[in-house]
Amino acid sequence: MTLIIGCGHPDCGDDAAGLLVARRLRELGLPAVEASGEATGLMSCWEGETDVILVDATLSGAPAGTIQVWEAEQAPLVRERFRCSTHGLGVVEAIELSRALGRLPPRLRIYGIEGRRFEPGAGPSPEVVQAVEQVARRIREEIPCMKQD
Amino acid sequence: MNKTNQTVTKTTRTIKVDYLARVEGEGALFVKLRGDRVEDVKLKIFEPPRLFEAFLRGRHFMEAPDITARICGICPIAYQMSAIHAIERALDVTVPPAIRALRRLFYCGEWIESHALHVFLLHAPDFLGYEDALQMARQHRELVEKGLRLKKIGNHLVSVMGGREIHPVSACVGGFYRAPTRQELEAIRPDLEWALEASLATMRWTATLEYPDFEQDYEFVSLRHPEEYPLNEGRLVSNRGLDIDAAEFEDHFLEQHVKHSNALQCVLRERGSYMVGPLARVNLNFDLLPEVARQAAAECGFEVPCRNPFRSIQARALEMIFACQEALRIIGEYEPPAQPRVEVQPRDGKGCAVTEAPRGILYHRYSIAADGRILAARIVPPTSQNQRRIEDDLRALVPLLIAEPEDRLTWRCEQAVRNYDPCISCATHFLRLHLERE
Repeated sequence: MTLIIGCGHPDCGDDAAGLLVARRLRELGLPAVEASGEATGLMSCWEGETDVILVDATLSGAPAGTIQVWEAEQAPLVRERFRCSTHGLGVVEAIELSRALGRLPPRLRIYGIEGRRFEPGAGPSPEVVQAVEQVARRIREEIPCMKQD
Repeated sequence: MNKTNQTVTKTTRTIKVDYLARVEGEGALFVKLRGDRVEDVKLKIFEPPRLFEAFLRGRHFMEAPDITARICGICPIAYQMSAIHAIERALDVTVPPAIRALRRLFYCGEWIESHALHVFLLHAPDFLGYEDALQMARQHRELVEKGLRLKKIGNHLVSVMGGREIHPVSACVGGFYRAPTRQELEAIRPDLEWALEASLATMRWTATLEYPDFEQDYEFVSLRHPEEYPLNEGRLVSNRGLDIDAAEFEDHFLEQHVKHSNALQCVLRERGSYMVGPLARVNLNFDLLPEVARQAAAECGFEVPCRNPFRSIQARALEMIFACQEALRIIGEYEPPAQPRVEVQPRDGKGCAVTEAPRGILYHRYSIAADGRILAARIVPPTSQNQRRIEDDLRALVPLLIAEPEDRLTWRCEQAVRNYDPCISCATHFLRLHLERE
């Protein structure tokens, strides 16, 4: 069973990308949870899980809507790509702290959706809305055997 | 410690740190030196102001706890509690003792999770000489695991009480939308008993840390209740004679706009900066801590008044002991209320309240119309109150460290800021350090 986590802030523009993917996946019949992206909450969320997919907004300088995928168990993450977290401890810290403590799930894929606007009160940009749909469908195709609601 | 940029010319030395890590939110610190003298200190906060007070105007008063909870992901309960108490005062609502006890229990959960995060993951690396918790975790795995478990227990208590960990939804004006069952609370007891022992061990561990020899003559400000360690109720007091009701807050405290910050700085009229938060609370309410906490303090050589801000880590440890003990006491005596909330009727009125957020006092004021609409709101978070005091600490600290190498001086400055666990998300609401020498 794959645990799917969408991270972000619902009211800060493209920071909502991960949450929107989780919501779209539920519409497509896959269970997916939403998280703020705070590190210790994420670590609790994936405790004991063997296969995790995490979706979050990125700010790496790529064009808005760019989709990037990392396998967390293969190499440390680059913190700067996830700068959009407003928390002192976010997604990268959750993954690297889990790695240091030997608590990283055996498989943890990260889908990053590049954002361009993160202001409070802003909605997601059209590029991110489009990427959200693409990522949701890719995840849906990736795990077709998962029991549907 | 962060990446530091240094510039040295014949007359000036500049240190620039792009991001001060391990604080909540986004900001910067600027320190300018001329010889041994500190010429300027600015805590710059540049995350856009959040304008929550304007969002609240025109909304129904029942919405205020849920809207204000969104100001902060770390201390949403504080926002809910200050909003609820202020509105209940405006509407002349009194809640029964069972609901009052549940509110204290709810707040204990937030104190445990917030203090555990700061003590173990944000502040401990400063004392043990690591860049961050990730580096520290490799050699102090047990310590990090303990912090994570404590935080998880606090989060769990919040979740049981509030429906979910982040931005809980259960608390409302008049009480709770749903009160927990005895069984739900009893189920947390074993975890809280472990957390109490872990907090005592944490206090003993803080006694082994090395603290800089640095004291300031602070005006400490906190709530003070005649019978209990303060959370939701009490008069606002200080060690210099302040003793007022929350309704008098704006007569004594002044919020000032400074050019370099998006957050307003709060000062005591005609007296200036002051300290709020765990160290202020412990200093002003030590006698009201449970015996187990006072005994732990004595065993560790922690005495009040304590004027060393670096020892705030010990104040947080003492408050974790208190919060665990208090939560266990409330659970032990818990009888579910007949009704989870009292009926509240709209009427026009004005109400103010101060409650003790993990980082210090949080003031809310609401004016409400007869139909229940909010006409005006005012929110003064703890970090904007500590902001001027942080600058004053740095003004006093930097000259003592003038001979230190640049990286060590910068690190001490960052640590001095983290003593206050600033939640810049709340104050506007991230931190860069810029040190300039002439």
